[in-house]
This record gives sequence, C-alpha cells and structure tokens, in this order.
Amino acid sequence: MSFSFIKHETNIDFIGLRKYAFALSALMLLIGAVSLVMKGGPRYGIDFAGGVILQTKFNAPTDIDKVKKALEGTNLPGLVVQQMGKATENEFLVRTSTMDESSANIQTTATKALDEGMGGVKYDFKRIEMVGPKVGENLRGKAMEAMYFAILIIAIYISGRFEHRWMAAGLMAAGLFGGITALQYFHAPQVWLVFGALLITLGLCFFLRLNYALGAIVALIHDVLITVGLFSIMNKEFDLTIIAALLTLIGFSLNDTIIVYDRIRETRSLKTGDTLPVIINKSVNQTLSRTIMTSGLAFLAVFSLFLFGGAVIHDFALAMLIGIVVGTYSSIYVAAPIISSLAVPEVDAPAPAKGKTRTKTA
Amino acid sequence: MIVKGEYMNRNLRWRVLLTLTVMAVALCLVLPSVPGIKKTPLGKFLPDTAINLGLDLKGGIHLTLGVDVDKAIENNMSSMGQDIKASAREDDLALLKPNLLPGPRLEAVLIGATKQEAFEKLLSKQFPNLRVEGKENLPEDRVKYLLSMTQDYKKYLSKLTIDQAVKTIRNRIDQFGVAEPDIRRQEGNRIQVQLPGLTDPERAIAVIGKTAHLEFKIVDDTVDPAAIKQGLLGPGRELTVMMQRGANGANAELPIVLKKDAVMTGEYITDARATIEQNNNQFAVSMTFNSRGAKIFERVTEENLKKRLAIVLDGKCYSAPVIQDKIAGGKAQITGSFTQEEARDLAIVLRAGALPAPVNILEQRTIGPTLGQESIDAGIMATGIAAIAIIVFMALYYSTAGIFADFVLLLNIVLTMAGLAAFGATLTLPGIAGIILTIAMAVDANVLIYERIREELRKGVKPLEAVDKGYGKATLTILDSNTTNVIVAIILYQFGTGPIRGFAVTLVLGIIMSMFTAIFVSRIMFDLYMSKRKADAPVSI
Repeated sequence: MSFSFIKHETNIDFIGLRKYAFALSALMLLIGAVSLVMKGGPRYGIDFAGGVILQTKFNAPTDIDKVKKALEGTNLPGLVVQQMGKATENEFLVRTSTMDESSANIQTTATKALDEGMGGVKYDFKRIEMVGPKVGENLRGKAMEAMYFAILIIAIYISGRFEHRWMAAGLMAAGLFGGITALQYFHAPQVWLVFGALLITLGLCFFLRLNYALGAIVALIHDVLITVGLFSIMNKEFDLTIIAALLTLIGFSLNDTIIVYDRIRETRSLKTGDTLPVIINKSVNQTLSRTIMTSGLAFLAVFSLFLFGGAVIHDFALAMLIGIVVGTYSSIYVAAPIISSLAVPEVDAPAPAKGKTRTKTA
Repeated sequence: MIVKGEYMNRNLRWRVLLTLTVMAVALCLVLPSVPGIKKTPLGKFLPDTAINLGLDLKGGIHLTLGVDVDKAIENNMSSMGQDIKASAREDDLALLKPNLLPGPRLEAVLIGATKQEAFEKLLSKQFPNLRVEGKENLPEDRVKYLLSMTQDYKKYLSKLTIDQAVKTIRNRIDQFGVAEPDIRRQEGNRIQVQLPGLTDPERAIAVIGKTAHLEFKIVDDTVDPAAIKQGLLGPGRELTVMMQRGANGANAELPIVLKKDAVMTGEYITDARATIEQNNNQFAVSMTFNSRGAKIFERVTEENLKKRLAIVLDGKCYSAPVIQDKIAGGKAQITGSFTQEEARDLAIVLRAGALPAPVNILEQRTIGPTLGQESIDAGIMATGIAAIAIIVFMALYYSTAGIFADFVLLLNIVLTMAGLAAFGATLTLPGIAGIILTIAMAVDANVLIYERIREELRKGVKPLEAVDKGYGKATLTILDSNTTNVIVAIILYQFGTGPIRGFAVTLVLGIIMSMFTAIFVSRIMFDLYMSKRKADAPVSI
C-alpha cells in the first residue's frame, strides 16, 4: 500500500508567513556576511589561491604532531597539516600557500623533511596538486563569469518562458551587455563586474516588471550567498568543485522554483477570481508534497555521497546538502512571496521595499 | 486525450519495440566497461569502446604548461638582427651590430647617411616583417634606426612557437612511453598535458619541461673563472656554470668561461642514446648528427684542436673535454656523471628536439593509483546506496507505480553510462556525483507525474483519465525545470576543467535520458498495467 507524508489538503498561509521568512533569510545572510567580513573574504583553496597539496599516507601509525614537527624546519610558506579521514588511516593533507613557478621544489623539500623527520616510516604521496598563482587567478575569474552567465541566462529564460515577454527579456540582455561593456571600458575589476552585472540584472527585472525572473534571481542569489556564508562559518575552503556545487544548486533550486511558478501560472489561467496571494498560497500548497518528496530524495542521494563518496568529494556533497535545504526553503518562502510583493495592484505596498533591500544588503 | 483500446495497443507495440531496441543498444555500449567481461565468451561480441576514466579515477599526471612566447619572439628578433647585418654587408652597407631592446625592438646604426635609401630598400625587400618605428640622425654621419615587428608577424610567431612546442612535447612523451597521453593547446599560450598511469611528476616535468637547447662552445682557458666577476669579462665571453657530481652524489656548480658564440647547436641531431662508458661504467649520452652537422662538427674540431669543447645544455655546461683530434663521422658524446634514468631522459629530450621557447609549469595535479581506485570504490558505494535508498523509498511510497519508477531509474543509469561510452566522454569523480544527482532528478520527473495523478484521483477523476492527465500536465513542467538544469550544466562545461566537465557531461546526459525514461518508458509500463485491468479499478499509486 502507498502512503503520503503530506495531507493532501494542506492550507498553510505561506504569504502570511513571509515576514518571518524574510527576517530569517536576512538573519542568515547577515551571519554569513559577518563571517565573510571577519575572515577577510571566502577561504580559497589552492585552485583559486595557488599553492601545493600533498596527500600523504604513512604505512605505520603516525600522529599529526609528529608530521608537523618533521615539516616545521622546512620554512614552507603557509604550511598547514591536516588529518584526513579516521586517525587509523594515517593519512594527512600537507598544504602550502604558494607554489614556485620554476619546478617541483616544494615536493623535494617536503620529501627530504619527511625522510629525515619521520624516523624511516614509509609513506607515499597519494595526491600531489600544485596550482600557480596565474592559473588560480584565471580560475577565479572564470568561476565568477560562470556564476554570472548562469544567472543571466536563467533570468532571460524565465522571463521569456513564464511571462511570454521575450522582448523584455531581450531588452534586459541588451541592457546588461551595455552596462558590462561600460564597466569594462573603465577597467573595473572582475568582482565588481559580477556584482555590477547582478545589480543591473535585478534593476532591469524590476523596471521591466519581470517579476517572476526577479523572484527567481533573488532566490538564487539568496541560496548561493547563504551557502557561501555557511561555508565561511564552517571554515571550509572554496575550490573548483565547490563552485560546481554552487552552480548545480542554482539549477536545483530553480527546479523547485519553476515547479511552483508553473503551478501559479496554471492556477492564474483558471481565472477563479482569487487574489494573487491566494493563488500563490494555493499553488505552493498544491505542490508542497512534490517539493518535499523531491528535495527529500535528492537529500537522501547526496547524503549517501557525503557519507560514502570519499574525502575528495566530501565538501562538494556538503555544499549540495546545504544548497538543497536552502533552495527548497527559498522556493517556498522567497521566490513565490516576492511575486506577490511586487505585483502592482497589491495593497500591501511597503513589503517590496523591505524584501529587496534585505537581499541587497547581503 | 484517451485513446481507444485497439489504437493504443498498436501504438504500444511500437513503443515497446523502440524501448527494447534502445535498451539493447545501451547494454552493448555499457557491457564492455564491466571489468573482466572481455574474458568471458560474451566478450567476443561486444564493441571495444569502454568508458574513459578521468585521471582522478585511474591515476596520472595533469600538467598545465605556459609557453614563454615572448622569449621566442625575442630570440627571433635577435637572430633577425644578425641577418640584417649580414645582408647589409653583402650590399656594401656598413652597419654597427644591431642591439636588442625591450619590446622587443632592434636598434641598428647605419654608417653613412647617404646610404639611407639603399638600407631602407633592403629592409623592405628582405625583411618585410619589420617596420621602421623611428629614425634619428647621429653625429659622425650616422643614422640610428629603431625597428619593430609587425603585429601579424608576432601573432604568426607565437602560433608557430606553440605549435612547435606541442609537437616537441608530443614527441618526447611518445618516446617516454606513455599510453594514451592527451596533449592540447589552451588559450593564453598554454598547453595541457595529461599522462595517465604516471606517478612521478618530477621526472615527467624534467622530460617535458626541459628546453633542451644544446650548444657547443669553446672554453676560454686563458682567464681564471674563479678570479673574475661578470663585469670584467672580455668581449665575446660569458661566464656559466659547469655541473659536476661529487662522490656523494650531490651536484656542484663550478664557474667556467666560454666564448659566447656557439660553434654548433643541437639542431643537427638525428639520434641520441643513453650509453655506458667502457672505462668507468658511467652513463653518458651519445649523439649522431646528420651529414651537414657532421661536416660542421669536423670543421669545428679541426679548427680548435687541443682546446676544450664545452657541451652546454640550457645554459649549463655538462662536460668540456679537450679536442684531441678532429672528429669525423658525426658522433659526439655528453658525459656528466648521469644516473641511468637521467641519461635515458636526456637522450629522449635530445632526440625529440629542443623546445622553441622555455615552458613554465603553471599547474600540476598528480593522482596516485591507490587514490584513484579508492575513489572508484567510494563512488560505486555511494551510487549504490543512494540508488537502493531511493528504490526502496519509491516502492514503499508509490507501490506499483513506485516499482515502475524504480525500473526506469535503473534504465536511466544504464542509458547515462551508455551515453558516456557512445560520445567517448570521460567519467570523473565529480561525474559519479553527477550520476547520483541525476538519480534524484530522474525520480523527480516520476514524482511530479505521480503527485499529479494522485491529485487528479482525489478530485474524483477516473483512473485511466487521471493517468493521462497526470502525464500530460506534468510533462511541460518537467521540460521547464530540466531546461534550467541543462543550461547550468552547459555553463559548467564551458567553465570547468577536466573533472568538472565530467560532472557537467553526466548531468546533461542523465537529464536527457530521464526525459526518455521517466516520461516515455514509465508511461509504457503504466499503459501495459492499465490495459490489463478494468477501466475504473483503483490504481496502485
């Protein structure tokens, strides 16, 4: 026999709860922002900051202090030694913050220090990664670009698809292109370019009254920023796979948002005479069981990856897990209520200003 | 739309046939990747194309090399300066030796202001790739020219340099003996090299990254290298180091003074081999020159009898034997107390030729074979558990319909793997994560449909119609939500490096396959299931 978690006639007043939801989101964003500011930005892994990683496995029981001591005298820049996995695995991650461009000197230095300092315990480098500063800088730029393109193309797609306003969507693309070209003309740094692009996108969505797109993008930025903030609080590193996870979570969170939007569009077309908040509430309630099922299953799948996928993919899975939770929440409590807050004939006038400024402060 | 039984059944037959064909093809593509299958009797009938594993799964070295194109352009400019002087002499024009300036630019001083026209004519005729950037009259009837390269020529040179570097590196790797290396150009004067199966990055870098610019120079023994400083060298002399291996195996560098102009370079080498010297059992590299090189070598050795000939590799002298006799036959030997490995690698490098410009290692990632295997095991474990958890859950939650979803889920995994094999895509560790995510997304399509059917059933719609409506209404939603995931995956592919690309590929393949399995195949199963029952019998969903 089959069963269901969600009673089929739920009638939760999501729109009514939006003030609390916005406050919760603002709080999460604020905590993340404070952590980021206090730690001087995200903690970049070697992919973005450059540096060397030596994943070292010892053949005999070894404790971390001994490894640290062996490497102490090497003067390797920014040396960090971390235990990997269980203590019984005798596996350590040795990191330095820079890589010299000429050769693999760091590896040689570390090898010598370990040979001498570990009292002859045999070991093996399971993984050696060296990223030069130039490559790191390039990858950082490319990652920013990818995030920005993802959000732009999605904005255009949603506007066209949900409001049948490809013209407005095209206008937005043109406006954005113009704005970015202008910023490039003044040689603005890449980070500013991306932030500029986001602000222009949000502004254009607002003025062109592309409410669905605006709601979706605000929700996406919300998800990404909260995930980044939580990663900063947990002191996790950002590397290429984390960016991939963030991009995937953009896709995933949007998936939820679109399902809700789709239902709002469908309910609206029935012309029941309900007001927009009522329609939105109905739609969110009707899709609730699906939203929870899908997110729950995705969480289950990624949780398996988190538990069994190994150390290399661990943080990727963690970012996805956070993203799935935040993304599901934002589809229900952020993306949908924003449409209601932005709709023109709404009596509830001061709400849009609140929602918008809060997201922007992040 | 409710179709009448007979039409539906005919239609159903075709759909079943199509599905079975797709499944058969997919199995043919996937089975070769199952370990050990080649040894079974079935192996003979299967195609050879197994799924490629990325370096992060099978172990190996990934390198990003930056080619110093500026250096190549500078070298070219400098040799053009010598050519200009030689051509000018042929035309009876007196020219001071051109100076290389940063930029790169050449500063050439012409003696005799009346010869300007003739000199400019020579430049435009024989050196069309140079242009006169500035001209200045100097005292004593001299004219100073400032020459630079045209942009087109610079572009041509940098392309040529990179192409040549790629070719040389490929040559070296082929001789080094790596199975299925992958060498490709990247934007920004970079070359990406992937060496599956190798685990010693230091040695690989020594073979790939060595410029291997070989020169023969005459040693100037009239000055004591230890006593002089760089600034006090006579004209046309240079101070370099001589590599010497002490008894303890450590390398020592001793200063040595050489005549600056090389008497011969390594460009004439046709072969190089690692050899063992008879008298002291030391490893050395013997080289063979082509006929032109042999002639030059014979002349050089004849002219410099009893002097020392320095063999200089990338600016460092390795040996400097005294020329006892003129050497004919085009053979020479580098001794320098090498280890066997060093001698073998040096021979490879010399045989494959010099790099046109120095290369820098910008990025290096080495995954050992144990970690690769661990990642594969962990990946299979995580995928298996995720799949089992979802399969059990779906069967419990949606009963019979859930079992349909489970079947198409398994089919989706097989089809995604088949897609990887068919497109020759690479499976990486993030790629396995992509498969796990696709499992979730593929089920989502079924969840959407089933929730819709349940909703219709609750409204009191008859089962057959509810199934129809459920599929009809959910299909558009599924298309919409999957489109954004595909957009994101394509952007990921664009931006990502190797492993991330693997993730994007499996994600896109999985999503596309899920459209087929979740919408098309699961519908067939529903239709088969519904056709065997009375129209208003309750659906197990």
